[in-house]
Amino acid sequence: MNIDFGPVFARSGFLIDGLLLTLQFSLTAIVTGFVAGTLIAVGSRSKTRLLSLVCQGYVEAIRNTPLLVQLLVVYFGLSSVGLKFPVFFVVILAMTINNAAYTAEIMRAGLDSIAKSQIEAAKSLALSPWQVFSRVMLPPAIERVYRSLSSQFVLMMLSSSITSQISAEELMAAGNFIQSETFRPFETYIVLAVLYLILSLLFRGLFWAFGQVAFPRRRRLGTSL
Amino acid sequence: MSDVIVGLKDVWKSFGEVSVLRGVTFDVAKGQVVSIIGKSGSGKSTALRCINGLEAFQSGEIAVDGFNLADETLDLRALRKKVGIVFQSYNLFPHLTVLGNIELAPKLAKRLSPTETRELALKVLGEVGLLDKRDHYPEQLSGGQQQRVAIARSLAMEPTVMLFDEVTSALDPELKEEVLRVIERLAGSGMTMILVTHEMNFARRVSGKVIFMHQGVVHEQGTSEILSNPGTPELVQFVGSNL
Amino acid sequence: MTSFNLMHLQFILTGAMWTVILSVLATLGGGIGGAILALAGISRHRFIRNIAALYITLIQGVPLLVILFLTYFGLPALGFNIEPLAAATFGLSVYVSAFLGEIWRGSLEAVRKAQWEAGECLALTRMQVLLHIIMPQSIRLATPPTVGFIVQVVKNTSLVSAISFIELTRSGQIVNNSTFQPFLIYTIVACLYFAMCFPLSRFSRVLEKKFAISAR
Ligand SMILES: Nc1ncnc2c1ncn2[C@@H]1O[C@H](COP(=O)(O)OP(=O)(O)O)[C@@H](O)[C@H]1O
Ligand SMILES: [Mg+2]
Repeated sequence: MNIDFGPVFARSGFLIDGLLLTLQFSLTAIVTGFVAGTLIAVGSRSKTRLLSLVCQGYVEAIRNTPLLVQLLVVYFGLSSVGLKFPVFFVVILAMTINNAAYTAEIMRAGLDSIAKSQIEAAKSLALSPWQVFSRVMLPPAIERVYRSLSSQFVLMMLSSSITSQISAEELMAAGNFIQSETFRPFETYIVLAVLYLILSLLFRGLFWAFGQVAFPRRRRLGTSL
Repeated sequence: MSDVIVGLKDVWKSFGEVSVLRGVTFDVAKGQVVSIIGKSGSGKSTALRCINGLEAFQSGEIAVDGFNLADETLDLRALRKKVGIVFQSYNLFPHLTVLGNIELAPKLAKRLSPTETRELALKVLGEVGLLDKRDHYPEQLSGGQQQRVAIARSLAMEPTVMLFDEVTSALDPELKEEVLRVIERLAGSGMTMILVTHEMNFARRVSGKVIFMHQGVVHEQGTSEILSNPGTPELVQFVGSNL
Repeated sequence: MTSFNLMHLQFILTGAMWTVILSVLATLGGGIGGAILALAGISRHRFIRNIAALYITLIQGVPLLVILFLTYFGLPALGFNIEPLAAATFGLSVYVSAFLGEIWRGSLEAVRKAQWEAGECLALTRMQVLLHIIMPQSIRLATPPTVGFIVQVVKNTSLVSAISFIELTRSGQIVNNSTFQPFLIYTIVACLYFAMCFPLSRFSRVLEKKFAISAR
């Protein structure tokens, strides 16, 4: 048994390409998933019963099934009805579907925590419903669940490795490829583990920094996010 | 003096930069009831906590029933079998019934048999007048009842010294009385006690010695007479503001 | 190419059974690891606390798939031969322990410090305080999130399909290879996962409400 990282590092070009794709997947799905999730959160709080039931049903369905199966349903489902899309699109679609459900659950808790009196005060200042939502409800709701949101986004970045199973050529797939060429699984996956670890620490750091800028009140009060 | 059971000699204690005890010295004789009074922040709780080893101190000597608290190798558990303490916030165990709360330590720390433990528990529960509440959970009891259970729980260890830290401060006036009566009865039974209290009349009635702490030192001490005739302007002011 | 039939369904149900078995094994293995991590996390020795925190940060910062591939492909390359079931159980347990460890440490720390002090003042040892005073109280706090996390465990067992262990997802893939009715088959697979996870999710939420009310 000899350990040699040389052959793995010799193919670092694949790793860098994979890493960039992982970043693209994650950053795109964070944005799309957040927007969709917030809409679903609003929908599930709606007084229109049907809408709220549909939104809650969606969240339950997604949260109680694995991402891998969702990915397979989307990937093969689309192609079985004759729709051919690039892998990038399929991945983003599946990751958005998944991330939206988790984000919706988090954002719902955030929106639920806004006191009724706040909303009434805003309404009595003659703000429009959109203004009430975007100026009075959304910012403090996000602030309150920011920590959960960041954790969810980090978890989602890590779970993007699952897309290697439908031959998306992100970081995990790059590792699998290198492993099959070098027959050095231990070294390859150790390198992958380190790269993902760096990515998740980087994400955490970025979310923290963003929180410091976006929520100056917290910073001034000295309460951590 | 051979009958001194708790003795502090020039005890210094600081939390980081903040010097809280700055040379505290006093004695408690066997069977004596000593009240510690003084403004909030004067170091009363810290002094009590040093006596049963909850806080370490930097210099000086504390001796309790033959234990030397300055000794690093001191067996703290052996000490705590001798010294009971009751806090302002009763700190009962919420997942155990009244009997469960009382029996836990005799069973685990003193390794008494179940029958001995039960006998002991019923005895101390009788002393605080709560035999009928034995199967209740703490949250089903009033604050005064909870505090009496906390006292019973300490008594079940059959300590030689009891420490009370403002045990009635969190209670409504009506509930204070029932707790004070229990403590007073205990005082009459010959138990050695140190009580930190804001109840001046109570202190005057039960204590053989009153200690006035001010800015981390014993500023004045004597019989309960000093509450009526304070010798220092600080105590004059303190008694005046606590009538 | 055959069409989806009862034999296929039976195959998929057998896979579902393995998903249940794996989930139980991973929860048990991860539970043991998690308990050790939680205790290490509240240790008086900073060094031990740091080790536990480091383990949790490392494992939570790496995808489960990488952990599984490290155990399944990496260990044999180092000369440790390992069965697929053992590899799957071990990899999942390593992952699960990091999360359960964090949940449980949090619920141990959530018990007020005064409870430790009260036990200490009654001459109990640290172990006695932990066993008889702290743990019974923290179990109430820990149960809802633990049940909730078991849902994640069940879903995460699907990744074991990638190391060719035939559980629910893998059995669906195999059936799909012969029938090629992916939409039907993966929907059935998804429904089976839902049937396992949804009751657990519900139960977790019911517990959470119940404890939230009794904590008032
Ligand atoms: N654990 C601690 N850490 C830092 N400072 C403390 C701690 N405990 C007490 N103090 C400080 O020591 C001083 C005396 O506290 P204490 O003994 O509780 O006074 P008292 O019981 O007379 O009100 C206070 O200024 C308090 O802030
Ligand atoms: Mg005090």
